[in-house]
Amino acid sequence: MKLALLREVQRARADKQPVAVVTDLGSGAQGLVYADGLAAPDLSLTAAQVDAVRTWLRTARSGTLGDSELFVRSYVPDYRLLIVGAVHIAQALAALALECGYQVTVIDPRRAFATAARFGDVELCTQWPDEAMARLAPDAQTAVVTLAHDPKIDDPALLAALNSDAFYIGALGSSRTHARRVERLTQQGLGEKLVRIHAPIGLQLGGRSHAEIALSILAQLVQVRYGA
Amino acid sequence: MGLAATPDELIRLDEWVRAGRQAALATVVSTWGSSPRPVGSHLAINDQGDFLGSVSGGCIESAVVAEALEVMADGEPRTLEFGVSDEEAWEVGLSCGGAIRIFVERVE
Repeated sequence: MKLALLREVQRARADKQPVAVVTDLGSGAQGLVYADGLAAPDLSLTAAQVDAVRTWLRTARSGTLGDSELFVRSYVPDYRLLIVGAVHIAQALAALALECGYQVTVIDPRRAFATAARFGDVELCTQWPDEAMARLAPDAQTAVVTLAHDPKIDDPALLAALNSDAFYIGALGSSRTHARRVERLTQQGLGEKLVRIHAPIGLQLGGRSHAEIALSILAQLVQVRYGA
Repeated sequence: MGLAATPDELIRLDEWVRAGRQAALATVVSTWGSSPRPVGSHLAINDQGDFLGSVSGGCIESAVVAEALEVMADGEPRTLEFGVSDEEAWEVGLSCGGAIRIFVERVE
């Protein structure tokens, strides 16, 4: 791989632009295919091949194209996890999610909670959740989890998440807590969107410690992401 | 926005080259049966034999690193195949019941 091509891939990834590296496994010649562009001076691809690569790029698929010796490696932006509430469970959840390849941001306006001492290198955001969510703009590759257990912090985040394409929304709290939450959010006009909230959050694994609960949340997130 | 999780193989390759090292990239291009790592998985290797990432969950990494050193030396990309029907694969330890094809290329 030419260094210039490698750096262009890194640039595209940094700019959250999907890109596929297409390699002729016979000669080693390579080119790049974008959703709406092409940079393949060393490779002659037919229009049909470019279309096929773009179809794969949309679904983050990698592999060899048909019977050809053309190998496609799709690079798409990382999935994100926005954790609202810098609580004990959030510490374990951030660590597990990072290990699973998510970009993690922990949001909590309470500066005593959202500290580097508690979260290490994890990105922290001390804006109020409504401002934070407006800035971070959850999309179809984003999961939003509320853990603060305080309606002042959790509800605005849920409101924003429910009005976004977030692929997963989960809220910590018992069934009773959730029933009261549904009442409050119904008054804000969320209505039928509220079924998107996974609550009580997480798969029922029976765990009790903060790390076990974090694991059950991440397990549910994985299950939803892959439609299992 | 958020911290990227796993150490990134492509970033590491760039760092190695900037530091004056030779480097190669190994990528899983196809798999059959129960291969532990998906198509597209990367292993970054430098000329000191340091590596980052994984193409097999550990069972053939050392063989891939050895081939990558050859690729760094002569610049010729290679496609490696490992499988249970292949005696060499048993020797290098791909006993997990799958087969795998890996493309190895020099970063230049």
